[in-house]
Amino acid sequence: MSTVTISNPITTTAQRRVPAGRLFVYAIVLAIGAVLMFAPFLFPDVRAQEVAARICVFIVLVASYDLLIGYTGIVSFAHTMFFGLGAYGTAIALKTMGPGFDAILLGGSLGVLASLVLAVLIGLLSLRVKAIFFAMITLAAASVMMVLASQFFEYTGGEDGMTYTIPRFFSPANTLIADENGKAIRIFGVAANGRLALYYFIFLSSLVLFLAMLRIVASPLGTVLEAIRENEMRAEAIGYRVVAYRTSIFCIGAVIAALAGILRAVWLRYTGPDVTLSFDIMIDLLLMVVIGGMGTMMGAVIGVVIMTLAQFYLKDLMASGAAATSNVPLLPDLLNPDRWLLWLGVLFILLVYFFPAGIAGTLMGKGDHK
Amino acid sequence: MTTSSIRTENLTIRFGGHAAVHNVSCAFHPGELTVIVGPNGAGKTTWFNLVSGQLTATEGRIFKGEQDISALSPSARAKAGIGRAFQLTNLFPKLTVLENVRLAVQAKAGQGPHIFKRAAAMTEIRDKAFHFVEATRLSAVAHLPAAALPHGDQRKLEVALLAAMEPDIFMFDEPTAGMSVDEAPVILELIADIKKDRSKTILLVEHKMDVVRALADRIVVLHNGELIADGKPTEVMALPIVRDIYLGIGTEEVA
Repeated sequence: MSTVTISNPITTTAQRRVPAGRLFVYAIVLAIGAVLMFAPFLFPDVRAQEVAARICVFIVLVASYDLLIGYTGIVSFAHTMFFGLGAYGTAIALKTMGPGFDAILLGGSLGVLASLVLAVLIGLLSLRVKAIFFAMITLAAASVMMVLASQFFEYTGGEDGMTYTIPRFFSPANTLIADENGKAIRIFGVAANGRLALYYFIFLSSLVLFLAMLRIVASPLGTVLEAIRENEMRAEAIGYRVVAYRTSIFCIGAVIAALAGILRAVWLRYTGPDVTLSFDIMIDLLLMVVIGGMGTMMGAVIGVVIMTLAQFYLKDLMASGAAATSNVPLLPDLLNPDRWLLWLGVLFILLVYFFPAGIAGTLMGKGDHK
Repeated sequence: MTTSSIRTENLTIRFGGHAAVHNVSCAFHPGELTVIVGPNGAGKTTWFNLVSGQLTATEGRIFKGEQDISALSPSARAKAGIGRAFQLTNLFPKLTVLENVRLAVQAKAGQGPHIFKRAAAMTEIRDKAFHFVEATRLSAVAHLPAAALPHGDQRKLEVALLAAMEPDIFMFDEPTAGMSVDEAPVILELIADIKKDRSKTILLVEHKMDVVRALADRIVVLHNGELIADGKPTEVMALPIVRDIYLGIGTEEVA
C-alpha cells in the first residue's frame, strides 16, 4: 500500500516521558533486589535468611503466575501443582539417590518434564473452553495431584512430607574459603560456608528466571498475550492462533513454576504438601499477584515482599505493640499476636481499597496519560 | 475478468430455523470494489462473519482463489490474506494505538512466537506500524491507549488494523459509521488508495450513498439473507426491487 500524504508527520523516534509512578515502582523493585542481593550480610539471623530465600523463590513463582493470569487472562488453580512437581521430583531423587547434584539435576528435570507434559495435556484439552471451565479443570487436576501425593506415601512421605539431605557443598559445614586455621573466613561477620553458597544459588537462579520472564513480556510473544487478554476474538481475527499461544504460555508458566519448586526443595531440605501443593499456597499466590498488581511483573516482587513480611513479622510486631500498650485498656487485647490473621485481613482490605489495580499497577498508572 | 479472488458457493447459515444468510453465491475479483447494501438485518455482517471465519457456515463453501477455506480458523484465514475490519469497534483497549497496529504488522510478518527478541527493538515492524498510524492520521495519539480515543479515532484505528494486516481481500464493515463529516474522508481516501493497487479486492458494507457512488465498481444487494441483485451501480440502483427496498432512493441516505 502506498502512503497517504501526511500533513504533519511525527517521527517514529519521538521520545516519551516515563511517568513518575513507573519510575517509583522501578526504584522500589530495584531496592528490593539490592536488599535481597545483600540479605545474608544485612540480616544474618537464620529466620531472616529463610524469609529472604522464600521471597526469592516466590517472586519467580508469582511472576510466572502473573504471566498466566495477568498477561494472558488465564485463570489457573494448578500453579502450585507444577511448583510441587518440581519440588517433589527433586526431593524424591535426593532421598533415593542420596545427596548429590546429579540427584537434583535428574529429579528436577523429571519434575519439570512432568509439569510440561501435564501442562500440554491440560492446555490442549481445555484451553478451548470458557475461562470458568478451564479454572475448574485446573482445580480438579490440582486436587488429584494432592490426593496422589498423600496416597503414594512410600514415595512422597504422604501428609508428613519428607526430609532429606542436600549436597554437602550447600551445608553449613562446608567451608568455601578457609583461613589459616581451616575455618571458614568471615565476610562482614558472615561465615563463607555452604549455607551462604546455597543462598546465592537460590538468589541468582531466581534472578535469572525473573529476568527471563521480563524478557518474555517485552517480546513479541508478550504483546500477543496481552492482545489475547484484551480481545481474544480480534487477536484471532488478525492472524494469531489463540489456542496455540495460550497453550504455550501455560507450558512456559508451568515449567518456570516447576523450576521454582526445585529451588524451594533444595533450600528447605523438606518437601511436603503444606509447603508446595496445598491450596493455602495457591491462595497466597493469588493474593500476592492481586496485591502487587496483575500484568505488571513488578507487582509480583512487591506483592511477595509485603505478604511474606506480613506472614513472618506481623505477629512479632503485634506482640511488641501489645507490650508497649499494656497499660491502655482494650488495645493490648486487639494487638494480641493471636489475632494476627485479623490484622492481615484488614491490611488486605485496605490495600485493595487504596490500590484497586494492585500496588504496582496503581502506582504505574499514576501520571500516565489516561 | 480474471479468476475470482474470493468466492462463496451456496453459502447458508441457520440459527435455529432462521436462515440469516441463505444460498449466497457470488465471486469477487482483484481490483474491484464491491459495495454490499441491504437493510438492517439483511445478513451483510453475518455474511462477512462467514467469510472471515467468525461464524461457520451451515452449508456451502468459501474459496480464496482456488483454495477451499471453509474449514479454516479465523487466524488461518487472516494468514491466507483475508482481512476484516469490524462494524462495532473491536480493538485492544488497554494497549496503545501503536501497539494495536504493531500487533497486526507483527502477525503479518509471522513474528508473534518470538520469545527472546525485544519487541521494542524490532524497528522494522515498529516503523511499518507507524506508517499505518500516520496513514490513518493517528500519529498525535499513537501512545494513548485505544480505550482513551474518541469514537472517530477508534474507527480510524479499526481501519488501521485492517490496513496493517496487508491482506489481499479487504473487508470493511461500515468503516465511517458514527464518524464526523471531517473524519470520514480520511478513511475514504485510504480505501481509494488501496483500490489503486489493482491486486486487492475490496468488499465494503456501506449505507451512505455518496460513499457508494464515489467508490463502487459494483453493488451487491442482500435482503432477508438472500442475494437479490448484483451488478453495476447504476443498473442495480435502477432495479424496481431495489427501489422497493430502499424507499426514498435519490435522496442522500439509503436505509
